[in-house]
Amino acid sequence: MTATATADPALAADALRERRFFLSLSLPALFIVGLAAVLPILWIIRQSFLTTGGEYTFSNYEKVLSSGLTWSALVTTLELSLATLAICILLGTPLALALASARPRVANLLMAFVMLPLWTSILVRTYGWLVLLRRDGLINAALTGSGLTAEPLPLVYNFTGTLIGMVHYMLPLFLLPVYAAMRDIDANLIRASSSMGASLGQVIRRVILPLSAGGIFSGSTIVFIYTIGFFITPAVLGGGKVNPLSTRIERTLSTFQDWGSASVLGILLLVVMAMIGMMFLAARRLLTRNGAAHA
Amino acid sequence: MMKSLPITIDSVSKSYGTYVALDDVSLHIQAGEFLTLLGPSGSGKTTLLMALAGFVRPDSGKLLLGDRDITRLAPNKRDIGIVFQNYALFPHMNVLSNVEYPLALRKMPKAEARRRALDTLARVKLEGLAERNIAALSGGQRQRVALARAIVFEPRVMLMDEPLSALDKNLRETMQYEIRRLHDDLGITTIYVTHDQREALIISDRIAVMNSGRIQQIDTPQRIYDRPSTRFVAEFMGEANIVAPGLVRRIDGADASGATLMIRAESFHLDARHAGRDGMALDGTLRAKAFRGENWLLTLVLDGGQEVLVCIPAALASGCGELATGARVTAYAPAAKVHPLPEAKT
Repeated sequence: MTATATADPALAADALRERRFFLSLSLPALFIVGLAAVLPILWIIRQSFLTTGGEYTFSNYEKVLSSGLTWSALVTTLELSLATLAICILLGTPLALALASARPRVANLLMAFVMLPLWTSILVRTYGWLVLLRRDGLINAALTGSGLTAEPLPLVYNFTGTLIGMVHYMLPLFLLPVYAAMRDIDANLIRASSSMGASLGQVIRRVILPLSAGGIFSGSTIVFIYTIGFFITPAVLGGGKVNPLSTRIERTLSTFQDWGSASVLGILLLVVMAMIGMMFLAARRLLTRNGAAHA
Repeated sequence: MMKSLPITIDSVSKSYGTYVALDDVSLHIQAGEFLTLLGPSGSGKTTLLMALAGFVRPDSGKLLLGDRDITRLAPNKRDIGIVFQNYALFPHMNVLSNVEYPLALRKMPKAEARRRALDTLARVKLEGLAERNIAALSGGQRQRVALARAIVFEPRVMLMDEPLSALDKNLRETMQYEIRRLHDDLGITTIYVTHDQREALIISDRIAVMNSGRIQQIDTPQRIYDRPSTRFVAEFMGEANIVAPGLVRRIDGADASGATLMIRAESFHLDARHAGRDGMALDGTLRAKAFRGENWLLTLVLDGGQEVLVCIPAALASGCGELATGARVTAYAPAAKVHPLPEAKT
């Protein structure tokens, strides 16, 4: 649809009507987003200022923000997210490179394997990891059975287990935008680079990575925003020892029925997410400006 | 001036499944020569170029750069400058960084790399654009950056894959002249791929005409044009009439040769005096005529039934405007412009 300057008022009216029609197509989605996202958030904000008796108060904020548990939960949340992101970048970027340089048939097959976990419920997958990782699980049985380790390794009900589960969930979502960015790189750029004397390492460092930075960025944003609110994985694989904000919120509600404090924790999570989101956007803008018109 | 090297292509073949891209191609290019691979799409010219660059591995045969066998050498070890069809400039670098890139790969000191890159940009007339983004350049400017980047590291050989195909006609003609001037300044062995026969004629020392993975003829532009060795070359190079032996008579009445003849449309005259006594005459009727600005194109049907294209320069075609379809016309060609085609290879 190109907006052309037209002298005919009838045509202009037609164009306007068309634009309005296409805008109106977004209304159902806007309605649902408004209902399902904005209203609950407003409700949570209101809850955070109410006592259990229904009076307005700041005590919820005082209680939650002065508690050491809150801040350690925030640190755990950030640690989990950052560690997941780091591992996704380290594992996902080479994998995307391999996929992007494979022949189309091989790439499609590999992609199907990468996507397979996404078709399985997260609960099923998480309990699957439990079976593999626990003390008498498959992995430890293999390790002790073969004599590689004398004692079973503590692979689950701790930070390591939670991290394994989260990386497993996030890796395909990180991979997709990175793979798309790498696949879009003109093959002639890589040929040109090597014709001028670049080794494979130099091609990757000087051409492929800068040109897929935009995809790596999108993937990182997705990983961060998803992991910051992760609940099931830490709840199941953390064994009560890994407590990010999400599990604290759940416990505050299920154990203490304290809606006020839970709402404050929810708002804290929202604020952290917004701040990190803005940091990503700012960093991206900076990157785009320095790296010419490419992202 | 850099030291350039000769290239030898020795019986190189390449197939993709049942499709034969290169069929036993042999070719020797002298040091400092400008050779064009000319042919229609699918003729194998780009495959041959990519084999020289190292991106296509021949099934058999050898490629030599000077005395060195480079058939299995990695592309980044060949020291060959390449200009790609779509320029392949790095969009995340500005003009200067693009040109400095091959020098940076060679770990050249920064100051010297900068000086060399700026010198090379001046050579391709891009002074003042060093800090520009690639996206902000016109097609012609991108072409020049690609040229600068291909020559800045003083490669021994330069390969160009249809470098001008994306430019408009006027710019293409300017760039043809500039590429040739650059080649003459640097004396670098150059292999140039194009499907544009006019471009090949203008720019080359020698032309290798390719078709279906084989080289049809290698010769100077003039000999390729005037003395094609096959019917394919004759027709690919311009408006060629391939005339059966019986349809031609000598102007002086002597016996005409029994060979199939190739006569270019623009070799004809309508006035017998321009053709000389040993020239050829073709009698026919006018089927169609078209005014093309610098010339008239007449379509004659010879008395034997064959169609012949006759191209008369507008300056000499005073009578053409009045000729009516169906009129009797005799076209005359001087003996020097009548080329007997070798029968076997058509």
